[in-house]
Amino acid sequence: MRTEDLIRTLATGAGPVESRAASRRYVVALAAGSLGALAVVAAWLGVNNDLAALAKLPMFWVRAAFAASVAGTALVALARLARPGVPLGRASAAMVAPVLAMWALGAVVLLLAEPMMRAMLVLGSTWTTCPLNITLASIPVLAAVLWAIRGLAPTRPVMTGATAGRLAGGVGALVYTLHCPELEAPFLGVWYVIGMAIPAAIGAFLGPRLLRW
Amino acid sequence: MGSLEERLRGPWLAALGGDAAAYESSLRELAAMLRGYYRRRLASLPDEVEDLVQETLIAVHNQRHTYDPDQPLTAWVHAIAKYKYVDLVRRRSGREALNDPLDDDVEAFAASDHDAADAKRDLRKLLATLPDRHRRPIECVKIEGLSVAETAQRTGMSESAVKVGVHRGLKALAELIRRHP
Repeated sequence: MRTEDLIRTLATGAGPVESRAASRRYVVALAAGSLGALAVVAAWLGVNNDLAALAKLPMFWVRAAFAASVAGTALVALARLARPGVPLGRASAAMVAPVLAMWALGAVVLLLAEPMMRAMLVLGSTWTTCPLNITLASIPVLAAVLWAIRGLAPTRPVMTGATAGRLAGGVGALVYTLHCPELEAPFLGVWYVIGMAIPAAIGAFLGPRLLRW
Repeated sequence: MGSLEERLRGPWLAALGGDAAAYESSLRELAAMLRGYYRRRLASLPDEVEDLVQETLIAVHNQRHTYDPDQPLTAWVHAIAKYKYVDLVRRRSGREALNDPLDDDVEAFAASDHDAADAKRDLRKLLATLPDRHRRPIECVKIEGLSVAETAQRTGMSESAVKVGVHRGLKALAELIRRHP
């Protein structure tokens, strides 16, 4: 086919473009993914029986804010990665900030704690299951977010997949706080971060395979 | 780049608003821009240029909802063009090694020299199999470099017959080459 013919074919009946198309995909994906994560946590792990009591503690909300800020900064970066020619800029530094803040808080807590208590602050009582549970809760979100980006045009598939995984991990961790009894910063800085890093790694692996266009 | 951006932007925004004529002229401008971009990068693969231009135009078309009106259009198109270029190089390097090691260079030159000589002989042989009404116009226009009018005078054919002869003859040649690689 000649290029001139192709241009004419493309231009006929192209119609106007909806400018909100991209953001609507994210909203749909995040809503569907969060519902999926909620289903995993509520139906399979179960909501924490002491949730009402836990919610009165400040650390409950610090933990929620931590997971939400990982998800939020990842979403900002993802929106940039999915558009060709938009540089990441400060979005990549912003993604690291919540983790650094949690590590700083965890370090302070460990320094102030009795030496005998330190191992318990890091390991809590659920360290063997926490990262895996966060990963499982994030899988529906990752699937939905990858679907959303497949309708867009990421030019850096590995980075985009990893960021989609971070977003999924953040949302998964946020939903997992409904089940999780751990509130200590050292625990969150280690096991929550690992739990969110696993979906990021899965996303980095899937990116080049699923996000080609 | 600034003036290019200014020239492209207005029609492009109109095109996204649904103006088909503006869209057509935008795509034509982008096609020219992409052709230049790929010609520079695919000097060793000139046959791929137009295919890649078309592939990229289709991508531009399918992904035009990812263009943010606040960003420079040239940056957006450039990112797509680069993505498609890398994609092509990756696809090709899967099939055949694009980068020969440096040690092989001398051999590669020798080989290409023979290829050219062979090609010349083959072309004569293949040309000889064509009927006169195809062969003569090709010899005059493509090998000796005469104009269509001069060829018509020399061969006694009409000008349109010369043009048709060149066109059909080249097509037939291409077919022959494909069958006898």
